[in-house]
Amino acid sequence: MAQYLILIYEDESGYENPDPAVWQQAMDAHNRFAEQVGELGGQLLGGNALQPTATATSIRGDVVTDGPFVETKEVLGGYYLIEAKDLDQALAISKLCPAPFGGVEVRPVMVLS
Amino acid sequence: MNADDTAAVRLAVADAHRREWARVLAATVRVARDLDLAEECVQDAYVSAMDAWLGQGVPANPGAWLTTAAQRRALNAHKRAATLRSKLPLLVVPETTPEIEAEDIPDDRLRLVFTCCHPALAREAQLALTLRLVCGLTTAEIAHAFLVSEPTMAARVTRAKKKIAAAGIPYRVPSTEELPERLDAVLTVVHLVFTTGHAAPTGAALVRADLVDHALDLARILCALMPDEREALGLLAQLLLHDARRATRVDPSGRMLLLEEQDRSRWDTVQIADGLRLVRAALRGGRPGRFALQSAIAALYTETPTYADTDWRQLRDLYDLLLSVWPSPVVALNRAVVVSMLDGPAAALPLVEALAADPRLAAYHYLPATRADLLRRLGRTQEADVAYRAAIALCDNAVEREFLRSRLHSARANGAAYAGPTA
Repeated sequence: MAQYLILIYEDESGYENPDPAVWQQAMDAHNRFAEQVGELGGQLLGGNALQPTATATSIRGDVVTDGPFVETKEVLGGYYLIEAKDLDQALAISKLCPAPFGGVEVRPVMVLS
Repeated sequence: MNADDTAAVRLAVADAHRREWARVLAATVRVARDLDLAEECVQDAYVSAMDAWLGQGVPANPGAWLTTAAQRRALNAHKRAATLRSKLPLLVVPETTPEIEAEDIPDDRLRLVFTCCHPALAREAQLALTLRLVCGLTTAEIAHAFLVSEPTMAARVTRAKKKIAAAGIPYRVPSTEELPERLDAVLTVVHLVFTTGHAAPTGAALVRADLVDHALDLARILCALMPDEREALGLLAQLLLHDARRATRVDPSGRMLLLEEQDRSRWDTVQIADGLRLVRAALRGGRPGRFALQSAIAALYTETPTYADTDWRQLRDLYDLLLSVWPSPVVALNRAVVVSMLDGPAAALPLVEALAADPRLAAYHYLPATRADLLRRLGRTQEADVAYRAAIALCDNAVEREFLRSRLHSARANGAAYAGPTA
């Protein structure tokens, strides 16, 4: 088994003034995803949604600036840490990860022994 | 020991390299669980075969001998270096059987092919890995085939191997439900190896026979291991039918010949018969996929006794079917050529011009070349002139460029004669 981080990149404007129905849909989708991870033979180890990039603070050297580290249209908005037996299983799980306003990136976690 | 023995053994080793490399490496990867270690062990096994076979004679089953030797080396390396193991994680091998199976060697080549062509790898990495690991080409040979520098190709191969290990791309054949999509990637890679050789994108020769032969070998392996996969049969059929015309595609001076100019009596009839048999198998049972349909198109071109007898109507129908399963702008361009033969160049020109807006064809020299040919046939010489020059500027193959230049010149000469009386 190996660990993978699923990074959710989306256009934040999609969630700016969400219709309560849209918000509820997103919540339901993420709850359903949490169940599907196990059904596909993986394990959900953790995950969080992040506050919008307007709340981000970046530090390079000792210079502190307001805003995200890089300005992009689709930004990191949340993540899941999963355990899967190989990349195929991790990809099958990640395909179900909700990201209606963007997509996800799957990164293997480095094993330090 | 005489020189004849040495030559015979050297030949046997070279032959085993060509025939057995993929099988030996694939079986060794499963034991080594590391692509680099497996490659090293297999190379060592081939080196040791030279001495051993000189002493004991060439074994009855050279592949089994080499596999045992390579697997033994891999196991020893693991025992020796348990503490010095590489920083990369071991390959994910579903059912681990870390012992040598000298008797009944299972065929692991499919695992190797599917791992090399995993969708998490970029297409160029899939190509490089397949040629390196499945065909046994050296990095220098692959770099030469794709005209990139050797360090660039080496870096590409290393990066891909690292990703396989670090990201946990499994060493296995995909499950039945994943198979169609995964098989498509494998067939696409083999097809690309073939097209790179069949009409080399750059260089002095039109055909690179080595790449064509490797693509045929790969397609044959896939058909032998997956005899029920109709798309694999379709791919092999298509390659055989196209390649059957190899000897007639250029004249003795190296000039490229069009299909209508080729000497059909010199086409390889044995290869065509093999191809046609496979086309029938690929089309049997259910809706045909894109490789089966392409093979049917190739069959129609090859079966016709003369160019004038070509059944353009059936070809157009096949292209329509192909476009419905594979909406590629290249297919649409080929269909437009067929339309020009069926309904005339005026009917085809708008189809070709509509494709000019497709960014996927921006650097595709066959698009302006086709447009130029239609304009020439319509007598619009000045526009044809511009289109021929655009095609020549995009074309990097010397033989094809020369062909386009000769068309440009004859179009100019005809145009001048045509314009003569009014000027």
